Amino acid sequence: MSLIDYAVIGLLVVTGTVMGAVLILLGHFVRPRKPNPAKLQPYESGVPDVAPPRGRLTPRFYLVALLFVVFDVEAIFLYPWAVAFDALALYGFVQAALFVGILLVGLLYEWRKGALEWV
Amino acid sequence: MDWQRLLVSYLVGFVLLNVLLGLMAYMTWFERRVLARLQHRVGPNRTGPFGLLQPIADGIKLLAKEDIVPANADRLVFLVAPLLSFALAPLGAAVIPFGETLHLFGVDVPLLVADINVAVLYVLALGSVGVYGIILGGYASGNRYSLLGALRSTAQVISYELVLGLSLVGVLILSGSLSLQDILREQQRTLVIGPLTLPNWYILSQPLAFALFLIAAVAETNRAPFDLPEAETELVAGYFTEYSGFRFSFYFLAEYINMIVVSLLAATLFLGGIDGPIADGVWWLALKALFFLFFYVWLRATLPRFRYDQLMGLAWKVLLPLALLNIALTGLVRLWGIGAL
Repeated sequence: MSLIDYAVIGLLVVTGTVMGAVLILLGHFVRPRKPNPAKLQPYESGVPDVAPPRGRLTPRFYLVALLFVVFDVEAIFLYPWAVAFDALALYGFVQAALFVGILLVGLLYEWRKGALEWV
Repeated sequence: MDWQRLLVSYLVGFVLLNVLLGLMAYMTWFERRVLARLQHRVGPNRTGPFGLLQPIADGIKLLAKEDIVPANADRLVFLVAPLLSFALAPLGAAVIPFGETLHLFGVDVPLLVADINVAVLYVLALGSVGVYGIILGGYASGNRYSLLGALRSTAQVISYELVLGLSLVGVLILSGSLSLQDILREQQRTLVIGPLTLPNWYILSQPLAFALFLIAAVAETNRAPFDLPEAETELVAGYFTEYSGFRFSFYFLAEYINMIVVSLLAATLFLGGIDGPIADGVWWLALKALFFLFFYVWLRATLPRFRYDQLMGLAWKVLLPLALLNIALTGLVRLWGIGAL
């Protein structure tokens, strides 16, 4: 375990990107390129497009994102606790239970308020 | 810096990358064949023996297709997003141990590309970063179906990512390490209960976590019955509606490579990875991963698609509380086990 392992991963990211780009460039020599206005329209089942493509969206996606941030941070905090579980023993368990308990109350509140309902 | 180790590890990683690409191509063949048999059809069987050349034919066909960029797309982002998905998908496999270190030509060749001590965290982080390819592609397309598909996919992936992450906490409590190699080593021990001698695989001590992980993994990879982002009947093709030719195939590649990586991960975390009754080795890992891949196809042939509210409800109201319950139970049993209770 050292920085070398991370360097390898970094090199693999570069390799993957280059491989993908090379494939796209290779295709450039064999694929046709005949754009026309009708073809470049966004797909809309053949109906002319009227409304703007990036219009208003339901706020539920935003709510889910907020909930995710809260609980993902919780998960990240639980990881070191889980790894050091034997050393922290009962003290750590009670602490983690309190921490998760508070967040659980938050989840129940969201639930009762209907933030988890998709109608 | 140890240049030799860097070079050897990189070469192993490069081979792994190419093996994954090849496997992915044949995963499409495998899926079509198995799905066809499950539906009393034959599946692709004309291109080469048993249709084995079909993936190659598909690849050539996609390479020769026109690369259409819609007029009102955000051009740069539209072109780069699939590459992002594609380049990130295979990275998860870099931390999976494929076997003991080999000695070839006087050089130690580790069958593990990157032995990082936070491997589990790294894999989850990759899952989060993988969402960028989807949401950027969907947003840049300039199409309502794409945008809605991308948002749905993002909401789904982050919700199930949480379940995935929390289901693993139980495993971490038992193993006491985030490194996949340590988790594997822990599972290679044997468990003796009375007259029974069992492998210490975590599927036996963490059955609930295994079930949660499996469900979350299917949702995380956007596969049936959780393939809402690409629900044809509602969203045409979801976030890749506007993509064609090889860029389209990059999203496909990413999806299938993700399936393979998740299968390998599930096999390593819960089924003892390369551990087997006789002759430990990469073949056991392959066999277990193949079972999970078959399971994916089997699910697709068996279950209808969920409704979106059911999908999100399942994650937040059922799976998340169950994951927390699993952590509490595992913690209590472990406390009793180490004599702290």
